[in-house]
Amino acid sequence: MLSIRTFEGGLHPPELKNTADKCIVNLPLPEKVILHVSQHIGAPAKPLFKITDKVETGQVIAEPGGFVSARIHATISGKIIGAGNFMHPFGVPSPAIVIERNQETPEPEYPPENGFNLDLAEIKTRIQNAGLVGLGGATFPTHVKLSPPENKPIDTVILNGVECEPALTSDHRLMLEEGDKIISGLKLILKVLNAKKGIIGIENNKQDAIKLLSEKVKGEANIEVQPLEVKYPQGGEKQLIMACLDREVPSGALPMDVGVVVQNVATAAAVADAVNLKRPLIERVVTLAGNCVKNPGNYRVRIGTTVDEFIRMTGGLKEGVEPVKVIMGGPMMGFAMFDMNIPIIKGTSGILVWDKEEAKICEQTACIRCGRCIRACPMNLMPQQLKRVIDTKKWDQADTLGILDCMECGSCAFTCPAGLPLIQTFKMGKKMVMAERKKAQAK
Amino acid sequence: MTNETKPFMPAAKKLLVTSSPHLHENITTARVMWDVNLALLPALLMALYNFRGKAAIVILMSVLGAVVAEWAIQKFLFKKPCSIADGSAILTGILFAFCVPAALPWWIAFLGGVVAISLGKQVYGGLGQNIFNPAHVARAILLASWPVYMTTWLKPAGVAATDAITCATPLGVLKEASRNPELLNQLSEKGTSLITHTLNQLQVSFSDLFLGLKLSGSLGETSKLALLIGGLYLLIRGHITWHAPVSMIATVFAGALVLGGSLEFAIFHLLTGGLIIGAIFMITDMVTSPMTNTGQLIFGFGCGAITLLIRMKGGYPEGVCYSILIMNSIVPLIDKFTVPTKFGMVAPKEVKA
Repeated sequence: MLSIRTFEGGLHPPELKNTADKCIVNLPLPEKVILHVSQHIGAPAKPLFKITDKVETGQVIAEPGGFVSARIHATISGKIIGAGNFMHPFGVPSPAIVIERNQETPEPEYPPENGFNLDLAEIKTRIQNAGLVGLGGATFPTHVKLSPPENKPIDTVILNGVECEPALTSDHRLMLEEGDKIISGLKLILKVLNAKKGIIGIENNKQDAIKLLSEKVKGEANIEVQPLEVKYPQGGEKQLIMACLDREVPSGALPMDVGVVVQNVATAAAVADAVNLKRPLIERVVTLAGNCVKNPGNYRVRIGTTVDEFIRMTGGLKEGVEPVKVIMGGPMMGFAMFDMNIPIIKGTSGILVWDKEEAKICEQTACIRCGRCIRACPMNLMPQQLKRVIDTKKWDQADTLGILDCMECGSCAFTCPAGLPLIQTFKMGKKMVMAERKKAQAK
Repeated sequence: MTNETKPFMPAAKKLLVTSSPHLHENITTARVMWDVNLALLPALLMALYNFRGKAAIVILMSVLGAVVAEWAIQKFLFKKPCSIADGSAILTGILFAFCVPAALPWWIAFLGGVVAISLGKQVYGGLGQNIFNPAHVARAILLASWPVYMTTWLKPAGVAATDAITCATPLGVLKEASRNPELLNQLSEKGTSLITHTLNQLQVSFSDLFLGLKLSGSLGETSKLALLIGGLYLLIRGHITWHAPVSMIATVFAGALVLGGSLEFAIFHLLTGGLIIGAIFMITDMVTSPMTNTGQLIFGFGCGAITLLIRMKGGYPEGVCYSILIMNSIVPLIDKFTVPTKFGMVAPKEVKA
């Protein structure tokens, strides 16, 4: 086995991975799904149907709005009963299509075939047609990552099995239960990119997954499993590339600029399904955790299921424990929900329903310049200085200090003894700096 | 699956929505401050052992002065909630008491606490805003105002009783001796070094200097061992890094070795005066020191160099306080020039297909 590697900076939040031993449970079909046309980075998809139209599971209901975009498929069979603005997990109302299930329509079958022997164009088309996006949470359309420009050859593909976010275990379970599918997906990705080497990066707290996948890739000369030190945010693309290959992705550049493509393990499994079964992305594994839920675990659920129905299908909430905060994603980077009527989207890796104790907010005090944020920042930025210049609206200085390199991993705010809202400030600051840049370009 | 359609959340009930991250490390400013207070405990016990009741009075009055000033200024002047509970005013009070003699009248000790908080901290806007180390600001002001009181050193308990109740500090004796050409001539005739003379004069050994026994000086600076224990605790708790302390101590040691010409001379400078307390507790004050590791190395070097310069060439026997105040003033400059290189400031790598 390879020696354990890691990146510089970062820290150790509590792991909270209480659902690591809970097998993936397939949930029944939901009664209703809300499908946002914008579940990916890039242009929103364009809806193809109108209200009262009937659709079937797997049918395309919205076409990509451009190259950097992705198809949206109906995830249940039934009737379109609504379209319009619905609350998006990111906290803004955005266009979505609502389907109500028709109980009688049978689910489609997907006969398996060996996709590895298909020609490259066909493999790519199948991936694109399946509406695949990065399932780790960033939701970058997969086919775009698999179409690098010719002057940027890819020599290595890294599968991200790090799952450094506390509380989430969906990738961990997937590696244990569907390792073959993940490796088959990796082989397809390697073939498409004509890359020499595949690495599966897994943090050292998932020994069982490391062992199992190492066993499975024993015969493969070009694939290896790379154990990584447990440290947040190891799963950040740039950190993962640094840890595995010692290559530094330049500021403002993409992994392909250093010859690497990173895909989540769940995305690789979905690639295998898209190519071998011609099956579109209509469901995913979601970790349900938190003190308020009756049955925490890992569940395979149709995309578009509302959080409310999802929790109900898993057995509901505990009696007498009042939910205070609902988080979509992990505790470090996830989004807090306004209500539970918000649907699970392609990038939803977890739903956390927290009680009063878990959702406790720390008191804000004055910055004492302790420098903990600086030592924690995996991008080597100075969060304390950044906050100061953003608070005083010095956008040019924020730009110089590298605000746009911030990936909002939350390490600085996690470790700040003064409890300052650093990430909140940076999210706003990034928007302002980008607007300023645009303004300057227009002149 | 149930057919019940009543939502989990009644419409009137709102969920809590905040920005990520939703987890926070179990650490607060108050916890940091109380940890530093705790780290000062060994030195505090040594002060009580060496100077008994007098030490207790000076420390108590200084802390009282600091706390009263913090409370009064926040309540009556700023009309802000009172933050005494965060332990920072108490810390300032203890640190001030630690850099004054035990013989200090109680009212000067009290005044010191008041000055440290009012002119050292609150005048800049309170916690986190001050440029200079508050305890040292107070010491500098009071030294200029009551020079005799501030330099009358008490004999520690456990020293053979003589007529005098006061005595000189090791650095004081060294300074006196080095200014006395006659004595210097005598010493060189006898072949005795200046350091040996100083130690003989005070009837102490190097191990006494390290342990802080039979030694006069400011309250908190006598026992290097006690200070090192506190420093180790802060290091383990992650509240300080080694950079500034090691840099300052190494600078003084190396400088003394080169300029003094002997190991004896260098070790003497290491173990006397406020160097160790300054290096461990004063220049690691987060508010008034640079934020990056590189910055702290530079800061520690500057503090060490100026300390040695004052000790060897200046009018005062000790230079830790002024060196730190001087270096405090250029911290923003150090911060400006030690911005860490961002991740990704590299040229794109050429990749061969």
